[in-house]
Amino acid sequence: MTTPVLEIRNLHARIEDREILKGVNLVIPQGEVHAIMGRNGSGKSTLSYVLAGKEDYEITEGEILLNGESILEMEPAERAAAGIFLAFQYPIEIPGVATMTFLKAAINAQRKARGEGELSTPDFMRAVKEAGAQLNVDSAMLKRPLNVGFSGGEKKRAEIMQMALLKPALAVLDETDSGLDIDALQVVSKGVNALRDGKRSMLVITHYQRLLNHIVPDVVHVFSDGRIVESGDKDLALQLEAKGYADYDGQAA
Amino acid sequence: MADYDIPTLKEEIDRETVEQVLALDVDKYKYGFESDIESDVLPPGLTEETVRFISAKKEEPEWMLEWRLDAFRRFQTLEEPTWAKLHYPKIDLQQISFYAAPKSFKGPKSLDEVDPELLKTYAKLGIPLKEQAILAGVEGAAESVSTPFGANVAVDAVFDSVSVVTTFREELAKVGIIFCSISEAVREHPELVKQYLGTVVPVSDNYYATLNSAVFTDGSFVYIPKGVRCPMELSTYFRINEKNTGQFERTLIIADDDSYVSYLEGCTAPSRDENQLHAAVVELVALDNAEIKYSTVQNWYPGDKDGKGGIYNFVTKRGDCRGVNSHISWTQVETGSAITWKYPSCILRGDGSRGEFYSIAISNGYQQVDSGTKMIHLGKNTSSRIISKGIAAGFSDNTYRGQVSAHAKAKNARNFTQCDSLLIGDKCGAHTVPYIESRNGTAVFEHEATTSKISDDQMFYCLQRGLNEEEAVALIVNGFVRDVLQHLPMEFMVETQKLISISLEGSVG
Ligand SMILES: Nc1ncnc2c1ncn2[C@@H]1O[C@H](COP(=O)(O)OP(=O)(O)O)[C@@H](O)[C@H]1O
Ligand SMILES: [Mg+2]
Repeated sequence: MTTPVLEIRNLHARIEDREILKGVNLVIPQGEVHAIMGRNGSGKSTLSYVLAGKEDYEITEGEILLNGESILEMEPAERAAAGIFLAFQYPIEIPGVATMTFLKAAINAQRKARGEGELSTPDFMRAVKEAGAQLNVDSAMLKRPLNVGFSGGEKKRAEIMQMALLKPALAVLDETDSGLDIDALQVVSKGVNALRDGKRSMLVITHYQRLLNHIVPDVVHVFSDGRIVESGDKDLALQLEAKGYADYDGQAA
Repeated sequence: MADYDIPTLKEEIDRETVEQVLALDVDKYKYGFESDIESDVLPPGLTEETVRFISAKKEEPEWMLEWRLDAFRRFQTLEEPTWAKLHYPKIDLQQISFYAAPKSFKGPKSLDEVDPELLKTYAKLGIPLKEQAILAGVEGAAESVSTPFGANVAVDAVFDSVSVVTTFREELAKVGIIFCSISEAVREHPELVKQYLGTVVPVSDNYYATLNSAVFTDGSFVYIPKGVRCPMELSTYFRINEKNTGQFERTLIIADDDSYVSYLEGCTAPSRDENQLHAAVVELVALDNAEIKYSTVQNWYPGDKDGKGGIYNFVTKRGDCRGVNSHISWTQVETGSAITWKYPSCILRGDGSRGEFYSIAISNGYQQVDSGTKMIHLGKNTSSRIISKGIAAGFSDNTYRGQVSAHAKAKNARNFTQCDSLLIGDKCGAHTVPYIESRNGTAVFEHEATTSKISDDQMFYCLQRGLNEEEAVALIVNGFVRDVLQHLPMEFMVETQKLISISLEGSVG
């Protein structure tokens, strides 16, 4: 069997004195899209931050393997260069830094970390043009400071555009549907689906089934109180939508 | 479908920033080398003899010596001011040498006669002294650093106490522009110097200005005649090389009616353990409808990471908008010096005149910055605009001190002030001290101030995209100063963006 892109084994993580992740097990083979569904507060965003290496969390037990290698000792920027991308639930504003400038900084920082040369300006422009067209991001938006004064839809489109340009091995999308109307949801989903190329793996986090009509997952996991309590195919999402999360309450205790 | 513009030059530079940020070598004040040049150095100490010596070395006329001696007498009655938020041991003027000149120096020369060691130094600093040398590369420039000035810039280079060479002079002379060292102007254009010297910053203005008036050694002189738009940027590059010397330069720029000039000033000094004093005076005079743009990138040696050494920078810069509808704009990037005491100001005397102050002041390590501006509205319909961006990191202290005042006759005076401070880490301080004074009811002054920190969330977001901590800080700070960066001439923009990241090295992690 080939090595999965992501393997999480019995992961426990805490912030300050509070344990949030309580034994997460998850395997995502190359090219698969997995969804995690769970109530607000169940620890989904925490899982995404821990994957990306945010320093506020303490890993007390368990292991995270990316392409078979532990990433627990890696800095966030190293993990990014190794292929982990997080589309934030709440993208952060960077005042005064044009979106275009930020994109180039990110691409070249990752290329540098991997020992590759910098992208030439024409190559960069070409890549931006391609990704921008797919996601309705025009040059006016690229000149604006990143996420500053962006609408909910613009922020999420900008996130997916970054993902398109950075070409990660594993994309973690945290509540990418939140704050989107149906039109924006379609644009964003289309952008995400265009990046499903049979090699890239994705972890799509949501608490609504709606998104999964647009980005159809290979596997659905139910997340409750800091761990995965059930896994199934895409129909599991539909059942959850009908019945709610009540069945799973207390199960994790 | 979206259309994609060819990126503008500014956008291109934006992107280059990042490229340059990536290319930086770390943890070095790269202008800290010392040049091995034989010098004539006056023994330390300040007496009337010192003043006479300097005046004699410069072959000055009697009236100039008298002017200096008058300043020296006044200086003896003055006390060092203590109102700034700065802490440093008392400066002992008797320990400082007030004159140092490269030994080979015997008055103004053509470039061919300049000591090759000196040229090497300037090459290292990246200054294109000789038009051809810009592209050819001056010998020994292998170690050369980036060029702070573009190719089409006339340069006056001041090394310790003397002006070494001024370029492009003939070309400028054709349109009647005078660009030379102040020493030369005293000899060659006494009528202009007499008419304007000390009229903006009077001899007794303040402790450091009075000291400067007595012992100033060199600096630049510019006169732009009526109706002339200066065809290129003029610039002075200041360099302190000698140990234990002070640098007291004096710059005088006069823009006659309907003229325009853009002037750039850059500064560096070798890394030394001892503190060195720099007390300059810059006077600008803008007559009717004239405009002067004055830009500074100050990168004097800031001291080491423990706060040892560094330049004490006490500078008086003032512009007089003397004519109607005249316009003076100061743009400064302050990244160097152990101590900065500097308030480039505008006297808005002419009706309809305009003053601007755009500032980026970065402090790291144990640097202390007390800087700001004064906008003094005297004429009717005068307006001023202040945008100050202070960035404090490490253990540094960064104070904005500004004064805006309107005289009773300054009907409809307008000011807008925006002061933003950014803190990096929690051991530094940022302070804003605005003084606002209006003696007439028609004046409208607006003041906005913010203090912020680089948030953990912003850092994590950048790190998640692959930037390392220093790259992330440099990017965020470059964004923070963007409003001011845009006011810099192209020559300085790239340099500044690089300097920002160099100055902030070691501020995180
Ligand atoms: N910085 C923090 N300090 C303490 N508790 C936190 C912190 N951040 C999140 N939590 C708690 O962790 C739990 C999981 O939060 P989160 O991962 O954001 O859940 P989800 O994304 O599933 O809504 C919540 O109970 C939340 O209150
Ligand atoms: Mg969440």
